[in-house]
Amino acid sequence: MSCCGAAPGFDEMNEVSRLVSAKLAAFLRTLRDNGFAVGLAEGQDAASLMASGYAARPGLLRSAFKHLFSARKSDWEKFDGIFDAFWLGRRVRSRSLAAGSSKAANNPSLKTMRDGAAQGGHQSATDQVPSADDAPSSQGGEGRIEGASRAENLSEVDFRKLADAEQIAQAHEAAARLARMMRTRLTRRDLARRHGYRLDLRRTIHRNISHGGVPITLVKRQRKDKPLRLIVLLDASGSMSMYTSVFLRFIHGVLDEFREAEAFLFHTRLAHVSDAMKEKDAARALDRLSLLAQGAGGGTKIGESLQTFNRWHAARVIHSRSVVMIVSDGYETGDAALLGREMERLAKRCRRIVWLNPMMAWEGYAPEARGIKAALPYVDLYAPANTLKSLSALEPYLARL
Amino acid sequence: MKDRDEIAQALSTSGYIADAELATAIALMQRLRRPLLLEGEAGVGKTEVAKALASMHATELIRLQCYEGLDQSSALYEWNYQRQLLAIQAHRGDADSIEDQIFSEKYLLERPLLAAIRRDKPPVLLIDEIDRADDEFEAFLLELLSDFQVSIPELGTIKAASIPHVVLTSNGTRELSDALRRRCLYHYVDYPDVEREARIIMARIDGASASLSLQVARMVEAIRKEELRKVPGVAETLDWAAALVGLDVRDLHDAPETVHETLMCLLKTQEDKVRITREVSERILGKVA
Repeated sequence: MSCCGAAPGFDEMNEVSRLVSAKLAAFLRTLRDNGFAVGLAEGQDAASLMASGYAARPGLLRSAFKHLFSARKSDWEKFDGIFDAFWLGRRVRSRSLAAGSSKAANNPSLKTMRDGAAQGGHQSATDQVPSADDAPSSQGGEGRIEGASRAENLSEVDFRKLADAEQIAQAHEAAARLARMMRTRLTRRDLARRHGYRLDLRRTIHRNISHGGVPITLVKRQRKDKPLRLIVLLDASGSMSMYTSVFLRFIHGVLDEFREAEAFLFHTRLAHVSDAMKEKDAARALDRLSLLAQGAGGGTKIGESLQTFNRWHAARVIHSRSVVMIVSDGYETGDAALLGREMERLAKRCRRIVWLNPMMAWEGYAPEARGIKAALPYVDLYAPANTLKSLSALEPYLARL
Repeated sequence: MKDRDEIAQALSTSGYIADAELATAIALMQRLRRPLLLEGEAGVGKTEVAKALASMHATELIRLQCYEGLDQSSALYEWNYQRQLLAIQAHRGDADSIEDQIFSEKYLLERPLLAAIRRDKPPVLLIDEIDRADDEFEAFLLELLSDFQVSIPELGTIKAASIPHVVLTSNGTRELSDALRRRCLYHYVDYPDVEREARIIMARIDGASASLSLQVARMVEAIRKEELRKVPGVAETLDWAAALVGLDVRDLHDAPETVHETLMCLLKTQEDKVRITREVSERILGKVA
């Protein structure tokens, strides 16, 4: 214990270690609030590190904790700020905001979270019927009809005209349900195409060596099918604010248990939100997300966000059966030429680009903003998405890919 | 506990110039007995870390290169079927004894993972590009990394004779599972800064003078800031430095022609090559003191 110079009495020691472990526990909580996946084992390792002399040197301790607690690049980058703010009390304004604000926002929203939990439970109970995962595929069609009839009165109302809270909640439910139905149907199509087995001769012979070469067990070649992957890039800027919440709910539905989907938010920069979205409880996920969605400053830098996406995420996220869905009004405040270039790069990588523009259905709207003009040549499907009906019209298109 | 400075020192004698953070990671790796997960762009020297680690411990490096479709029989163990068949043919009619015989050590082919846990002196196990393997393999690996034992149905359970130092690398072509990430220590390997890159060049390339190395490192740093499709890694830098040394260039400013022509060591796509024209390369060279 190099942290305590002279040998202290046993009680005193105990007291010190109790304080340290309390502080450590608080730090772990802060990390978890910031989206780190920290388990018990990490906590124990951290405690043993502190006990063995690392605690005496903050720089070393920070570096050690950084390796221990980070699990991905985004963690890696924000760790130093969180550590400094917590242990050294340094006010790193821009960075510690991330640590402080989520906590501050968590406290007042505790009530909403509890409300949300109740709501979420209720919702999952009602949803079991139409979209039970393992149910035979014929249910998909029925589910769809049911979904449409339930949301009938809302399906053609523009999202921004939804007025009272109940209507909005209903629209959210419908969006989530719609997304879930799309998921089931797309997945079913994958199963149906798994036919066409061929015999794998080489492996058959190999497998049957133990029978003296008599082919008793046959080995078949199975085509490994990549399921369709949906990548959603949602514009969360001010100009889209009337639509953001419904789309967030839609995305949550898509991501929830969908095998292959990723979600990103952008305004002036890009944020990977799949992890935050994977939260089972929808209301809580939205809480976490609305924090991320609050843009720093105004404007929308679609081009720059796409550049970040192409540079850091595209290789990992996109494969040959990927559809990129961009939900944005196309009001680019940055460099429109850059947006064009990045769209071109993106188009080379993925199967299809779908651009959903809620403004498209407005009367007298024409795609004249510089951003959308630069992007349109690379877009495969440009569609309005301001009502539930227009969202559900997408499904047959996606299913064909 | 080995101090991190000691570790950095030991690594540099084996030809790897580590920064303080990586040295800490390696110190932790030994302390906590956790695998180390290295992520970073291609060509920043992730694989080199494992090699340097092996030479630091003066132990064997066992490498498992992952690819799509990698399965247990090529990663863990396989029976030597040809030999088994031969044995069956040779001892025909003697069914009972032959069965015991052909499922024994003698007929077992070790693959990297099994080899790594059966050494007496702990080797360095490098699991390269884990992101290329399938999810199923990742799950299997996770089990192996926590128990360090393997069960072979015909032989029984094989416990690790020693716990290897495990290094995993990933290029980020696929998102790794949270479970695996949590199991490992994480280190993000970034492009080295100018000073470290210059030291790397000096350590690796015979005949590279201090001033040339510094110039090359600065030039490469400037090129990385250009908008390129494929940003040159450390391996490319070393290639380029070797080319310059081979062509007897002492100072980049003396030979702008050669500099431009040898840039092919750094630029690996047609698009990038077009982008860095003679003017651009001269402009960058002008900024390099």
